[in-house]
Amino acid sequence: MFVTLSRIIKYGFQNFLRNGWLSTATIAVMFLALFVLQGLIIFNIIAKNAIATVQNKIDISVYFKTNITEDEILKLKKSLEGLSEVKQVVYVSQEQALAEFQARHKDSTVVSQAIQELGTNPLLASLNIKAYNPKEYATIDAYLKNESLSPLIEKVTYAQNQVVIDRLISIVDTAKRGGIALTLIAAIIAILVAFNTIGLAIYSNREAISIMRLVGASNNFIRGPYIVEGVLYGLLAGVLSFAVIVPLIIYASPYIAKFIPEINLQIYFAANFLRLFGYQLLFGIVLGIFSSFIAVRRYLKV
Amino acid sequence: MINFQNVTKTYNSHSVALENVSFRVNPKEFVSVVGRSGAGKSTILKLLIAEEKPTSGRIIFDSFEVNKLKFSQFPKYRRRIGTVFQDFRLLNGKTVFENIAFALEVEGRPQKEINEFVPQILELVGLNDKMRSFPYELSGGEKQRVAIARAMINQPDVIVADEPTGNLDPFNTWEIIKLLMKLNEMGSTVILATHNKEIINTLGHRVITLDKGKIIRDEEHGRFILTN
Repeated sequence: MFVTLSRIIKYGFQNFLRNGWLSTATIAVMFLALFVLQGLIIFNIIAKNAIATVQNKIDISVYFKTNITEDEILKLKKSLEGLSEVKQVVYVSQEQALAEFQARHKDSTVVSQAIQELGTNPLLASLNIKAYNPKEYATIDAYLKNESLSPLIEKVTYAQNQVVIDRLISIVDTAKRGGIALTLIAAIIAILVAFNTIGLAIYSNREAISIMRLVGASNNFIRGPYIVEGVLYGLLAGVLSFAVIVPLIIYASPYIAKFIPEINLQIYFAANFLRLFGYQLLFGIVLGIFSSFIAVRRYLKV
Repeated sequence: MINFQNVTKTYNSHSVALENVSFRVNPKEFVSVVGRSGAGKSTILKLLIAEEKPTSGRIIFDSFEVNKLKFSQFPKYRRRIGTVFQDFRLLNGKTVFENIAFALEVEGRPQKEINEFVPQILELVGLNDKMRSFPYELSGGEKQRVAIARAMINQPDVIVADEPTGNLDPFNTWEIIKLLMKLNEMGSTVILATHNKEIINTLGHRVITLDKGKIIRDEEHGRFILTN
């Protein structure tokens, strides 16, 4: 048993080295396939972050009439936080609103003069509401339109922002769906190309396979070395594609950060290095084994 | 030892490769199977090594009923037979040594035995200086001697040779025939398919003559006669 296993491994390496050109060509194609897949993983990370960033920017605000006390507002805040759709509610008092307003316009003397002349604080207290899913703003808006609340509320921004929110929802949805479709198509192409390449490499060995059968070799003894070769293809292609992708990410990271400041690809990559590398190798090896197994089986019929 | 009982093989409805063929081969016999191309010589050998299945009839080899063997039983069965082909069928990616060693490796023999046996066999076929060569570096005659060495290394009960000299010049042809005769003298049963008249007439052993899938003659000290 051990003797046979060690022979299988020995022959796997031997075939791999003796068919240097074929091995190189196969690894090159597998490298491309794994490179595309790794690219898709990174694309998905970026897309996911970009979508989250956009979603985070959507919110609705409720402005309260000036005669409403802070207690009443905080009570409503509590009840809003009790809703399952609501992710976060932030209370902005009149004073805070004024302070923020002044800070935003500190360079403009006209604005600060105008406020001083008014004497009173013209800004309203508000609750800033964020939902888990942008589609749920309509529900929250409906909740706020409840008659018992109407004496408190001056206005809700949902109505004015509805068009923008709806458009963002549809963009996010399309981006998600498009990402999945693109990933699936590209992954299938990459897998098929790798599979066929290994299939061709083994096709050139079909005669050897039938000779081995006629000499009395068992299927496992014939198949073993090809599986070992498949593992080697996957392993080397995985290492190679990672060796190319790491410098690419380091190079591209600042450019991507310009588009989406929230995402630092380099740090993300460094933090998940082992996991991503492990996936890559695992995927390469599984693809290699699977392709070899299927391809050899075709010629084991004698 | 080997017994074909009413064996018929048809590849499709209008081509009958073998029709109701029956014969026996005893241990240590040297049997030649002759006939024109397409007479069914190769089919008999293919049926014997279970490369093909008979359409009807039984094929017995010792305790094996060959026509009923399962796919998973083929390897073990085939190790009892050494096979030599017209086109050599060596593993091109392996050296001479490895090609012969392969027949022992499939049985899981220890490396020590392999290192001992393979050079001995190569000595016997006169190729011990080509141990590290690859098949493409050998002449046709040398390739066939490697194939014979591979067929005999695990001391099979039967050596089956399908037109082993078909691709060789007269000198190499005789070298190969002499080797087969030597193996027969050493105790192996040999079944040789050929259409080389000279070989048959010189051998003076049993000859089974086939024509259009039927046995037309089976003589103890046969000659090569194709017409009735």
